[in-house]
Amino acid sequence: MRDVFIIGVGQTPVGEHWDLGLRELGASAIDAALKDAGVESVDALYVGNMLSGSVNGQENLATLLADAAGLLPAEAFKIEAACASGGAAVRAAALAVAAGAHDVAVAVGIEKMTDGLASTVSAGLATASDQDYEASHGFSFVALSALMMRRYMHEHGRSREEFAPFAVNAHQNAVGNENAMFREPISTEDFGRSPIVASPIGVLDAAPVCDGAAAVVVCSRERLGADHEAVRIAASAAATDTIALGPRGDILTLESARHSAQRCFAATGFKPEQMDLFEAHDAFTIITALSLEACGFAPRGEALRMAENGCIASGGCIPLSTAGGLKARGHPVGASGTYQIVEASLQLRGRAGANQLAKAGRALTQSVGGHGSIAVSHILEA
Amino acid sequence: MQLPRFHRLRSAYYHLEGQACSACGAVQFPARRSCLACRSEELERRPLSGRGTVFSYSEAVAGFEGFAPPHLMALIELEEGPMVAAQLSDVEPEEIEIGMEVEMVTRRIRELAPQGYIVYGYRFRPRLEVEAGR
Ligand SMILES: [Zn+2]
Repeated sequence: MRDVFIIGVGQTPVGEHWDLGLRELGASAIDAALKDAGVESVDALYVGNMLSGSVNGQENLATLLADAAGLLPAEAFKIEAACASGGAAVRAAALAVAAGAHDVAVAVGIEKMTDGLASTVSAGLATASDQDYEASHGFSFVALSALMMRRYMHEHGRSREEFAPFAVNAHQNAVGNENAMFREPISTEDFGRSPIVASPIGVLDAAPVCDGAAAVVVCSRERLGADHEAVRIAASAAATDTIALGPRGDILTLESARHSAQRCFAATGFKPEQMDLFEAHDAFTIITALSLEACGFAPRGEALRMAENGCIASGGCIPLSTAGGLKARGHPVGASGTYQIVEASLQLRGRAGANQLAKAGRALTQSVGGHGSIAVSHILEA
Repeated sequence: MQLPRFHRLRSAYYHLEGQACSACGAVQFPARRSCLACRSEELERRPLSGRGTVFSYSEAVAGFEGFAPPHLMALIELEEGPMVAAQLSDVEPEEIEIGMEVEMVTRRIRELAPQGYIVYGYRFRPRLEVEAGR
């Protein structure tokens, strides 16, 4: 397999884009990434998206975006992997280049959620779970995470207020990200007072519904130019677990996250402690905690202690979601995995602006879908 | 409308039909092609007892279309071993706790508007026989 490099990134602000549809959002992010890479055409486009069929009534989305972005007749298709779609699209682009099928490819993660009623969006998100045995019984995306959080609190003797540091850190990091949806800091007290959505999950545990698109251009070593601020994709891996929560041996171990991270560590020889930052899938505070434990940053049951100790802040032992994460940058579902890779790339290039870490040589990004039934991880290196 | 789906699921929804593995003895729900524990395909279908305990639970405040409040959801650890996700009935939200003994009942689980098709299937309620035995 050939080495693969990220040579361009682009993103739209995350939020409620009432005047922009799928085609405008997608073309805007793709265009920005192509300009950043200094290329005018690509061989292939891979689109990470979950809800275009159920919320926007638009499938064949990759063709729509190839058309809108002026990439015709490039190869283009959509990759759907629930909330991990954006990470999976980057992996598809990386695989295409690594295999030698293409020399330059672009991956765009996109979601346009504000086109749908809240009930349509909830029902769409619930299709990431087992329709026969979960969604049809009323288990929403939030409810399934709530079951994991309640059990975590029970087994580890924690209260819901103790999950606050993850949300507080995310909001603090979003202050410095001009593309973030929520740029206001929150306090531990705000977190404790936030209304419950599905007990024990409150509004401030959860990432918001929103619109956004992010894109990365990848290429082979032969196509690297002298002007490129290239970031190498040192490892890429995806793994799965049971679609339903019930059949898992242990609902507090995200096996998909563990396997995909371990494959990345095995491929590079790196250890968790050698990462300078971790772009985690913080759709809910409980998922952040379980991801830290699954990837080996914290032992089982110890993620909250790590957060309490300030370990997850910029300057801590493993800075988390340095651009605000899904929680505060926003979680345009199928785009979030691509945003993570865009943000980590900017850190590694030293172009993260107000949020720039003093040391950013290696990053782990991890996109988790379907309450842990699928995870896509990448290790990026400057 | 998803009438064929719910017709296909009737054994699981009405009888909590799972499988026992002839090779290793593990019991699983729902039925699948092979044993989750040992991958054997020698599986025998059987209705489960419907008795279990609450492993985790949640009350949804913001409703989910087709489900009337109080919308109480739980993971139930069945006495045969499998874990099933189901709604709770006949219980107040504040009475629910992890470890609570429950049993299966057949109830309305969802209304598919606007056609009004009603899906029936398993839910769980606090176990009545425990109180009767006291
Ligand atoms: Zn077996």
